[in-house]
Amino acid sequence: MNALNWELLGFLFQHFLVLSLLAIGGATSVAPDMHRLLVVQHGLMSDAQFTASIAIAQAAPGPNLLFVAVLGYQLAGLPGAAVTMIAMLAPSTLLTLAVTRWSQARAEQRAVQAFKIGLAPLTLALFVATGWLLALPGGSWQAYALTAGAAVLVWRTRIHLLWLIAGGAAVGMAGWV
Amino acid sequence: MRDDPRAGPDPTLASGPPGLPVDPELAGLQQPASAMALFLAFSALGIQGFGGVIALAQRMLCEQRRWMTRAQYLEVLSIAQLLPGPNVCNMALMVGDRHFGTRGAFAALAGIILLPLVVVVALAALAAQHAGQPLVDGALRGMGAVAAGMILGTAVKLAGPLRRSPLGLAGVLTIAVAGFVAIAVLRLPLVWVLLTLVPLAWLIAWWRLGRGDRA
Repeated sequence: MNALNWELLGFLFQHFLVLSLLAIGGATSVAPDMHRLLVVQHGLMSDAQFTASIAIAQAAPGPNLLFVAVLGYQLAGLPGAAVTMIAMLAPSTLLTLAVTRWSQARAEQRAVQAFKIGLAPLTLALFVATGWLLALPGGSWQAYALTAGAAVLVWRTRIHLLWLIAGGAAVGMAGWV
Repeated sequence: MRDDPRAGPDPTLASGPPGLPVDPELAGLQQPASAMALFLAFSALGIQGFGGVIALAQRMLCEQRRWMTRAQYLEVLSIAQLLPGPNVCNMALMVGDRHFGTRGAFAALAGIILLPLVVVVALAALAAQHAGQPLVDGALRGMGAVAAGMILGTAVKLAGPLRRSPLGLAGVLTIAVAGFVAIAVLRLPLVWVLLTLVPLAWLIAWWRLGRGDRA
């Protein structure tokens, strides 16, 4: 995190620009692709670092998208966070503004409805794939049990999500996972 | 914390199904005073939203501020989810755009991102400083496991309404399983998965919508 690594920043900018337009269902749905890019293909960070980035973002308030800033920060400090956030937001923002205005009159058309209906299960699959890939590095039955417990609590109760994250941190600090 | 602009008793809270010709909630709607009001409201939303911004936003926009009806919120949210990019950011953009055009859109977007961004980067810096300490590593491991569970739990929640999808159970399962296997098992790049599965899903839905108007 000393001198600016323009090569790395350019690499991040370019890839996150593309990911922005692929992030249907939210930034979380491109997490597997970011994992593939940063951890598997280029070895820029470890599995544990990647999962920790998401955990840090979950522990903080705000949109889930912010894990993108944490990834950028881990790789290249504050400039990294700025570059990944701008790259992640700019294309989708422009597209959202354009499409909103364009499609308001066409909401009833069959093609538009078909797009929305067809995309729903795919979005869901991307969510499950993300949860799956994040849970895998846990590696122990305790970690899997913690993941399963958190999933059930989110699904069945209205417990504040901050308690879940705090509980996970406490369990981890106690050395149980 | 702001005043609750109640113009009168709310006749809609216990009302029947949405989709009536005239949305009764329209009558009680308020306008945000300025783009700054949008920025502040969305800042409050961002800083309170621990993973649940969508639910919090519904409460704030429809019940406290009354900037939009529930039906309008649902509409904005479905388009926000349909478009690429972070859902909550798209939602903020669209709500802002409704009121003050581009200026409102960016005010709302900045609101929902800026404060949380500062918090999250501070947390990341703190974690980086203390990396390698067993306590911090343990906490991050535990939080990571919980984060995975939170995403899975949300997916289960979102799956509920799919039972009413015009795709039918077979259509939903085909698309969902194909997507999961491609991403999580085969680890294919998302671009190719989407370029293949989005047109396929669209075609299936187009076909199902055309078969009798049962839906």
